[in-house]
This record gives sequence, C-alpha cells and structure tokens, in this order.
Amino acid sequence: MSSEPSMNEQMLDQLQRAAFGYFLQAVNPANGLIADTSREGSPCSIGVVGFALSTYPVAVERGWMARSDAVERSLAALRFFRDSDQSGSPEATGYKGFYYHFLDMHSGARVWRSELSTIDTALLIAGALTVGQYFSANTPEETGLRKLVEALYLRVDWRWSQSGAATIRQGWKPECGFQHYGWDGYNESIILYVLALGSPTHPIDGDCYQAWTATYQWENLYGYDFLYAGPLFIHQFSHAWIDFRGIRDCFMREKRCDYFENSRRATEVQREYARRNPNRFVGYDENCWGLTACDGPSNQLPELANERRRLFGYAARGVPYGPDDGTLGGWAALASLPFAPETALCAAHNMLKRYPEMLSALQYTSSFNPTLASAGRGAWVSAGHFGLDQGIVVMMIENYRSQLIWRLMRDCPYIGAGLRRAGFRGGWL
Amino acid sequence: MQQQDYFYSTVPQDSHDRERLDNVHPAGWRNPQPADRYSLVVVGAGTAGLVAAHAAAALGAKVALIERNLLGGDCLNVGCVPSKAIIRTARLYADMRNAGQYGAQTPDDLRVDFAAVMQRMRGIRARISRADSVHRLIEAGVDVFFGEARFTGTDTLTVDGVKLRFKKALIATGARPNTPLIPGLVEAGFLTNENVFDLTELPRRLLVIGGGPLGCELAQAFCRFGAQTIIAQDWPLFLPKEERDAAQLLSDAFARDGIEVRLNTRAVNVRTEGGQKLVDLVSDDYKSTVAVDAILTGTGRVPNVDGLNLEAAGVDFDTALGIRVDDFLCSSNRRIYAAGDACLEHKFTHTADASARIVVRNALFLGRQRLSALTIPWCTYTDPAIAHVGLYVRQAHERCIPVKTFTIPMHDVDRAIADNEEVGFVKIHVKERTDRILGATIVARHAGDIINEITLAMVAGIGLRTLAHVIHAYPTQAEAIKKAADAYNRTRLTPTIQALLRGWLRW
Repeated sequence: MSSEPSMNEQMLDQLQRAAFGYFLQAVNPANGLIADTSREGSPCSIGVVGFALSTYPVAVERGWMARSDAVERSLAALRFFRDSDQSGSPEATGYKGFYYHFLDMHSGARVWRSELSTIDTALLIAGALTVGQYFSANTPEETGLRKLVEALYLRVDWRWSQSGAATIRQGWKPECGFQHYGWDGYNESIILYVLALGSPTHPIDGDCYQAWTATYQWENLYGYDFLYAGPLFIHQFSHAWIDFRGIRDCFMREKRCDYFENSRRATEVQREYARRNPNRFVGYDENCWGLTACDGPSNQLPELANERRRLFGYAARGVPYGPDDGTLGGWAALASLPFAPETALCAAHNMLKRYPEMLSALQYTSSFNPTLASAGRGAWVSAGHFGLDQGIVVMMIENYRSQLIWRLMRDCPYIGAGLRRAGFRGGWL
Repeated sequence: MQQQDYFYSTVPQDSHDRERLDNVHPAGWRNPQPADRYSLVVVGAGTAGLVAAHAAAALGAKVALIERNLLGGDCLNVGCVPSKAIIRTARLYADMRNAGQYGAQTPDDLRVDFAAVMQRMRGIRARISRADSVHRLIEAGVDVFFGEARFTGTDTLTVDGVKLRFKKALIATGARPNTPLIPGLVEAGFLTNENVFDLTELPRRLLVIGGGPLGCELAQAFCRFGAQTIIAQDWPLFLPKEERDAAQLLSDAFARDGIEVRLNTRAVNVRTEGGQKLVDLVSDDYKSTVAVDAILTGTGRVPNVDGLNLEAAGVDFDTALGIRVDDFLCSSNRRIYAAGDACLEHKFTHTADASARIVVRNALFLGRQRLSALTIPWCTYTDPAIAHVGLYVRQAHERCIPVKTFTIPMHDVDRAIADNEEVGFVKIHVKERTDRILGATIVARHAGDIINEITLAMVAGIGLRTLAHVIHAYPTQAEAIKKAADAYNRTRLTPTIQALLRGWLRW
C-alpha cells in the first residue's frame, strides 16, 4: 500500500480550510447558530453548532481567523443557548439543559417537531467545552466565555435523560415524552456518556455506562477483532474530541484493545467490505469506501424516479449489512485519518482523483454514488454541503496534524472525571 | 374466538379438510369406556400431548388422551404446518418475480391463484395429519376422549362428565393468540393464526399488527401473494428478542418485498366504514389512519389454563405465564405435570416435543431430567430466515461471561453467492479465549437447517476448534460454520506462535 499514491500535505490543508469555510458561510452571526446544511431554508442543527465551536480554535491556530473573531462567534452562540427558552414547550429551544435537534436559524425556536436530542446536545456541549479550554486568556471576553460554557454544561440534567431506565434515552418530545426505546449496541455516544458521568451537578449513575456497554458486540469479521458498529461515523464522532489512545474502560481491558485501535480496525473492515463489494456497486474497492451516515439518492428524486434499485436517501449506511445503495461519504476517509493515516490518505486521494465531482468549492459534498453516474456528469452527487461532515473533517485532519482538539480536551476536568467514572484507566489519564 | 368476519369459516372446504378432520376429530366419535385408573392422563392433544401419549403408551403405560378440539393442536392445524406450506408458495412467487437475478425470465402472465395456494396447503396439512391421527393413537393403545376436561380432585378429572382417575397427569393444553386491547378491533373483526388459514380469498389490503415471528412470516407471505401489506410494530425493530443486525436485515428484506414497514408504531383504534377497516396508528407524536380490508394480529400467545378447574387439583397457575412448574416440569401437585405452550416461555413445537419427553421420564420412570438442561434452537421462517440457539450476547454479559463472536457474512460463502442468497450471516458466540460455543444466530434463507449443526455441537460439547476439522460438503451454505471455525483457529495464531512457526519452517 505504501506504493499507492497518497494525498499530500498541501491538499490536506486546502481541504481542511475549505471545510472550515462552511462555518463562515452557514452562520447566523446574530446568534452564532449554524445551518445543518447549505441547502435553502435549512434550519440549525445543534450538533453542527458543536462542531463549529470545536473548529474555531483550529482556525485561530492556523491563522484563518482572528482570535477575537473566534471569541465573538463563540460568545454569540453560547449567549444564545444560555438565554434560550428552556420551558420545553413545543416552540421552545430546549428543556432541562438539553436542546431540540433542529432550531430556526433566526428565532432559535424548535422546528420540524424535532426531538430534544441527547446526543446532539452532547456534541454541542463538547464544542462548548472545547472553546472553553482553548480561550483561556484572562480577558473579560474569554473569562466570560468560560463562565458561559460552565453554566451551559452544569445545567444539563443528564440524570433526567435516563427516565428511570438503565441507559440514556435518545430523545424526548413535548408531545409524547421520552422516545420509548433505548439505544443499544456500540454507537457514537461515548462522548454523551462521558459528559453525563462527568457532570458535578446532574450526573448519571456509573451503572448506566456499564448497562450500555453490556449491549456491545465484540466480533471477528473479515479477520479483524473489533467492537462492531456498521456505519463509520460511529467510530469517529466521539474520537474527534477524546484521545482514546492507550486509555481503556472495563470492556476494552478485557478485550486487550482500546477505542482508538478499534476505530483503526473498523476502518480496515470498511476496506475489506468495499473490496468484496457484495452488491457489485460501481467504484468500490480497497481505496474507495466510506459507508456512513450521509445523504444519498432517493427514489423520490424526480431524476431517479425510474431507478429500480432501492435508494435510501439520508441514512446511516454501514458494513457489512448495509443499508448499501452504492453511496459513499467521500469525507469519511479523512475522518478516519488519525486511526489509519496511510489507508485513509490513499483512499481520500484515490476517490478524489476518480470522482472529483464529490467536491464543490473544495468542500466535500455529503456523498457520491458512482453506480448512478450520468453521461457527462460523472457520479451522482449529493446537493450542497452538510455541516456535520465539514466539522468532522476539520477536527480529524487537525487531530492528525497537531492533536490540538485532543490536547485541549485531555485537560478538560469534566472529560477526565467522566472517563474515570466510566472506568477508563491508563495512558494519559 | 367469536369473530364476525366474512373470511372466517371452519367448514371443511374440500376432500383434504375432510381427510384431516377424519384423522384429527372424526365425525360421530364416541369416547371409550374409561379404565379404572390410568398411568397417565394427558389433557390436550397438541404436539406435547401427542408425543407424551405415544411415548408413554409405547413404554407400556395405560394412557388416556383428552382433546376438546382437534388432534395435532396449533402446529398441525393452524400453526407451523399450514404457515410453512403457504410460505413455500410465497417464496416461489418471489423467486419468479426475481427471475432476472438468476438469469431466468419472469413469466409473462404471473398471477397469484390464492385458492390454489390454500388448496395445496390443505393437502399438505391433511397428509401430515395422518401421523397425528386418532387411528394411530388407538393402534398405540391410547384411549382417546374428545371433550372438555375438568379436574375434580388431585387425582381425578372428568371429560364431559365422565370420571377418569389417574396416577399421573400431564397438562398440555397449549396456548391461544393474545387479543390486543385496541378499541373497535373485535367489532371490526380480525384474523389470527386460528382463522387466517381459512381464508378463501386474498385480502387486497392487509394490516399486520405485531412484529413477532407469526406477524413477520405471514406479512411477508401475504405481501408476496400480492396483498398491499402494512406491518405495524411497537418497537424499533422486528423480533425484539433477536439480535439487532438480524432484525435490521429483516426490516430491509420487508421493504425490498414492498411491505410498508411501520416501526415504533401502535394501533390505537379500529372502525369500519364503507366495508373497509380504518385503523388509527400512532408513532411518537405522528398520527395516521390506514384503510385495509383485513387485520391480522400477531401479538403474542397466552396459555390455556381456564376452565380446567385447576384449583380443585391443587395446581398453581398464572393466566399470563401458564401452569407453574419446576425445572422437572412438575406442578404444585406432585402427580400433575405440564408441557408445551401451557407452561413454557419458548412456545415452539420442538420445545413442546422435548418437554413432553421429559415429563414421560420424570412422571412415570422417576426421572430427574431438567428443562433448563435443554439446548433449544428456534427459527422464524421469513426470507431470510432468522435462527438462534443458546445465549445471546446480552445474556452472556448479564451472566458475566466474556463473549466473542465469529461472524461470517453470507456474501463470503460460495454457495450463497451461487444461489443469489447473500443476505445474512452466521454469528457464533464463544466464551472469550476459549472455543466453547455459547450460542449462535444465523440469518440466511435456510437458517433453520444450518442452525442444527450448531445445536448438535453445543449438545455434544463440541467446540469451534473441532468444528474446524469437520469436512463440510462443498459448496453448501452450512460451510459458513466451517469458515467461522477457521476464523477462530486463525485467532489462535498469536504473534509468538507465528514467530515460532516461521522459525520452524526456516529450519
């Protein structure tokens, strides 16, 4: 593989900066909210705001943004959430310190009858803690910023989100209460559990994390032993903030592995699946993969109305059981960069070379589908850009290049406390 | 089941049903004169009752068997046998529609003849009913009584007023469909496994309530016959006890077949308007109404414990859980045992069979066989089918057993590729750092056949390491098990062992 052409540092820098550009384009400067996607009329996604906050330190360090500008943008968002309607009414912004998944870009009120999202609130809070760690100067602005971060984190009632159950619930709606099912199996929510365990005000029980890990499946698949989860983003999201190298919870101690190494193996499993390509989609091979949560073609699209294959639209695509309709997230390879640099850079280079249409204005679109290529236009490409994708690209390239986010969060006392309460030991802890 | 549904009919429709009824409840039957005292009286002649009666009689016991309806019980008459018969035809229609995948052509005029489907089913049911017939029981020396059994003491019962005395008794009264408490459902009429096989015409639009095995199997079959089918399940996935991946693959298969899948959805009201049934569905805060021609419920089963006057016999029971038995299947009355759906959590024909055999040994021959010692596989015969045996991973975690799963996707199995049956997997769970098999889940078109090898290995105490030495005929889909065993063997090649091997080969 080392002989394969790979992506160079200059290209990586261009892609990272372009991805960051999304947050400059999609922001409402008045309240710091960031649009979920670049599509017309897109609401704000609170998770995307969390990613945006996390990228501001990167932008400052790389000289893309003045520190004062980054502070101002962070303060705008943090003040908005502090002052937001926390009544839990159907048109409010949040409840119990949590926030509805999608908000109106201007008023900040709930839209789409979305759920009060536990994981997306965790991503938002993780972003807030990131700026809280980075902006450590003794100026009135940065001191005020840190107080805001503290206030937002401390008011989240994580215990309430258990609703008396063994594990954290996915969401709550004012119309019907908690969504009545749990959230089993390994998924992207380690960051959620760590924040919920680290809270000095409303922590969940330590048993809650054990109850969740009891639903894990440790599998040998394609020759790799790993903690199974199909979509690649699951192996990436919590890792954008937490440096899992060498730290292990009880489960990983038993398996003589850690979550970082696990994500490396998950990346290799993606390659193996793409190499096998059981559904015979165009383009898949060991350097063209990325089944993850992303937008995708849909049978409802007028131009695809005659397509006989089932298409899944926005879905958490995964391996080896799908859903798989030939759609790949081009950005997913770079989001695995810290775990498997050589593999990820080869794949990112290869995919961009073959399907350059997956980029527009140097930003990754959410997905591309070479099986649905049209004459002269190349692969089918998702319209616009999605904030989550841009955020994870900026953060993971940075963790690969300088480990900036990991270093910041290693020093965050709440993260450390949460990890320890979850049973993590060793390494930098 | 008092339903006013135009589909509902129990009238024998053809020579097949006449043959079946002649086998399982002949017209004009007259009960025999009871013996003074029976070694074993069996109440209920479903699978458990028939197995126990035949086994006990073969060993020389004087046996009476009481049945209030049809010999063969649910399995033969309204369960496994008819459902598997129609599922086979449904699968054929699916294959014909997908003929292009096999390099074949879909027939130009592909029409479903539902009457022929049901006639074939009745023929199969009649044929299999010969094994359960009253004539075979008589030949075996069993006294067969048709009628309602009612205990009158700790060692007596009556059948339609005639007294029978027993040394030991077995309650094998089975279970019946649970009727969901949905306002308007009973008034509108609905189907269960007890009457769905009496249908004479295919409902144009069908709502299946419940995503358990029965609901899943029949939803897929009726969809493949051409019914516009909606399945509503009050959980995020079908078959909630099964592995997440298995249930996910099933959801995908349903969607591929054209079933409208409504997960996290409850039916909350039913009403009839203009000859159609309008059903209100609620998913979180999303409400909708669907119009259908028939509703099929598959929302669990409740044991038949009513009307037996169990109090008189001193037999403890629970209306939801059934007869209370110990691990030896003995009730609170030491003379009286239970088997099958009337007392078991796992309501399958093969567990009814196995439990009945335990009862014969324990009740008549001082046996001490335990129910908990059984290794019980099961299978839901959807396409792909979902089979399981032993522990699930979560159960292993609950028992603090470290577990590792060897997974072989069916797309890595040559025969599955050749058969265009690549959807699914074989997952074998072993105790971490050993080859001891704790359980397995298989999703494959023929998962029910493949699981038997794992069950055999578990019962015989054969580990994955040994299975790697078992030569499997090539190409077969069961080769997936060999591949899992090979994967296990590869994990034994630690870096140290690999270095030693390299040293040896260099030497």
